[in-house]
Amino acid sequence: MRLEAKKLGYRYANDAWLFRKFDLSLQQGETVGLVGPSGRGKTTLARILAGYDTPLEGTVMLDGQPLPKRGYHPVQLVFQHPEEAVNPRWRIGRILNEGGQPDPFLLQELGIDQGWLERWPGELSGGELQRFCVARALGPQTRFLIADEMTTMLDAVSQAQVWHSVLAIAKQRNLGLLVISHEPSLIRRLCDRVIEWESLVH
Amino acid sequence: MCKLEVENLSVSFSHYDRGLRQQMVEVIHGLSLSIKAGQIVAVVGSSGSGKSLLAHAIMGILPGNAVMAGRICYGGETLNAQRQATLRGKEMALVPQSVNYLDPLMRVGQQVRIPGADQVQAAQQRNLFERYGLEPGVEQLYPFQLSGGMARRVLLSTATLSGASLIIADEPTPGLHHEAARETLLHFRELADEGRSILLITHDIESALTVADKVAVFYAGTTVEIAAAEDFAGHGERLRHPYSRALWNALPQNQFQPIPGAQPLPGQLPDGCVFAPRCPAASAECSEIKPDMRKLRGGMVRCIHAS
Amino acid sequence: MSAHQAGQWPSAAPRPQINRRRRTLTVIVCTAAFIIAAWLGGYLVNLEKLATNLQSRNHAPSLQYLFGTDWLGRDMFTRTVKGLGLSIQVGLLASVSSGVIAVMLGLLASMGKIADRIVSWLIDAFLSVPHLVSLILLAFVMGGGMKGVVIGIALTHWPSLARIIRAEVMQLKSAKYVQISRRMGRSSWWIATRHMVPHLLPQLFVGVLLMFPHAILHEAAISFIGLGLSPHQPAIGIILSESMRYLSMGMWWLAFFPGLCLLLVVRSFDVLGERLRGLVDPRRSRE
Repeated sequence: MRLEAKKLGYRYANDAWLFRKFDLSLQQGETVGLVGPSGRGKTTLARILAGYDTPLEGTVMLDGQPLPKRGYHPVQLVFQHPEEAVNPRWRIGRILNEGGQPDPFLLQELGIDQGWLERWPGELSGGELQRFCVARALGPQTRFLIADEMTTMLDAVSQAQVWHSVLAIAKQRNLGLLVISHEPSLIRRLCDRVIEWESLVH
Repeated sequence: MCKLEVENLSVSFSHYDRGLRQQMVEVIHGLSLSIKAGQIVAVVGSSGSGKSLLAHAIMGILPGNAVMAGRICYGGETLNAQRQATLRGKEMALVPQSVNYLDPLMRVGQQVRIPGADQVQAAQQRNLFERYGLEPGVEQLYPFQLSGGMARRVLLSTATLSGASLIIADEPTPGLHHEAARETLLHFRELADEGRSILLITHDIESALTVADKVAVFYAGTTVEIAAAEDFAGHGERLRHPYSRALWNALPQNQFQPIPGAQPLPGQLPDGCVFAPRCPAASAECSEIKPDMRKLRGGMVRCIHAS
Repeated sequence: MSAHQAGQWPSAAPRPQINRRRRTLTVIVCTAAFIIAAWLGGYLVNLEKLATNLQSRNHAPSLQYLFGTDWLGRDMFTRTVKGLGLSIQVGLLASVSSGVIAVMLGLLASMGKIADRIVSWLIDAFLSVPHLVSLILLAFVMGGGMKGVVIGIALTHWPSLARIIRAEVMQLKSAKYVQISRRMGRSSWWIATRHMVPHLLPQLFVGVLLMFPHAILHEAAISFIGLGLSPHQPAIGIILSESMRYLSMGMWWLAFFPGLCLLLVVRSFDVLGERLRGLVDPRRSRE
């Protein structure tokens, strides 16, 4: 399976184009890093690939097919701030099951404590919440995962823990990963190849 | 003499459970820390271990349902609420985590200066903006127009310009480019060399080590170790606490080695050592007695096995 | 560890741990009880006392006649209670119906850009005319009476609530967790019922409650000028307007007690609404 972005272009209202004629291709089973300065549209690209925004130009194709408009989206995105990604009125257990029952192996890998499922999001720290966001995004139908500064707000131990579980599950299910990060050493650790944002934007 | 001394600090919050039952949850406990003039002390540790709360406790800006115990000394004098209010913004300054702490309706140039500032201060502010690589037009912008990196540098100049001799920086670098982050930290070093004290709360251990004198490691609401910056080297052999070692070895530039399990939630701490459930070297004793902070090899550690 | 050992933390002149939630709940129960009592009181009063009794005219307040009697010998206490009951009934009907209008339009606005334009235009149009003016016009067109007043108030009070609901829906639609839910394959209906409604309902409830005092005061105002309830009904507005003539004769109690009671009921609604608002906010409620 292959995720392809062809000639994407996007801008906000009448601002200058963030990017145009942007091409990117991701293979199943590979981990690709995307690095570049902030404020240039990396997050926007992530949102487009995961179906949150529609590009103004170009298309995103999964195996030559356009991405589905409804139903479970095969490209999932995990955001930087987990606090915004969960409904504050839902208990953790309900949040976790929103996309279906997650894999018990994954929960164990992520160090998720059963006692947390009864808690409210406000009672957990960002490091713990992000584990649930990751588990939620890794439903059985997920093919590609985009991590937009996914562990930037986490301490080193949680970061290593989250990434080890994600890599393990990605390997097991042959998922493709796109890692957007400011941290060169993390990118070096995780990725098979690295894309410089500047080299792709025209 | 120490500029700031935190002794046996604890911070609890009262929460409502179900119905009318009120419950106290202790989020920080038994925390001690000191900073000398001209020192940078980095506070590192797990997310949710109470790092930001420590900053808020020192500044006296905890929310209304928080209760504090222990002692905080500033310049040899015990702090209380009135004293904190007097010192805040003049002697002690906070670089907050996000742009949400700025007044959204005020141009940023105006709000980093102290109210009623004179021309000299305005000139200083321009110099400072230039140093941080903020273009002259930036001072005319409103907070919502700033990018994440710009906002951080604006917040930083607020604290610097206040002339405070204790600066508490709460995660000043995420969202900054690598060079910008380094530049920021070097600037902190300069401020410290002028005799100011800096408490640097961060999870970017690697860059903090380039400027810090001492490092305090937090876990589950307390300090587990206070070490010299040089102790963070190699495989962490010179570190005293197993959590510090785990943290160091988990960095992607080191082994990227996680440890299983998770930090206990506030209010559900184990009876003995807070780290015992995840500790590879834990003995039966560890889960019974709460270890005290003790001196070891020029630092401090909260572990009965450390040697 | 006590927070206040030997004055280690001098600022902590031991802050008593007040159970704020208990206090809030007490206030809510008291005000709600007062309002319900006033409402039911209207049905329970002895109708005989409402009748004219020329033997006991113009009595000042006494133990026998708590609020005094009027120029026809009617007991003012009974009239006031009856009037409050009427006011609350009008307020209930009017604010619930304007709440329904507000929700429907607020949700409609979230359907699409054009729908939103229309709704926003309607809201602005209604808000640009002062309440009382449009209320008088509407009540006049409807021909006064209970029906006229309720319809008039309902049609003039929905815009402010609709605007709040619309803003909330817009904000929820752009909330990350709602967008994530959609990528998890959840339908619009599922998102609306699981994510949005539980968030909007408490706000709506509080909004309707806070509309009560407006509705009641407007009912009184419009009855006062004779365009509202018919003069046979002892509405507070009518009592006040009739009493005006007798004020100069020193019969202060005719207007004082009914006015005070109206004020108390209105204030109770305000307090009740504000307290409930504090309880339904998930971020504030647990502190």
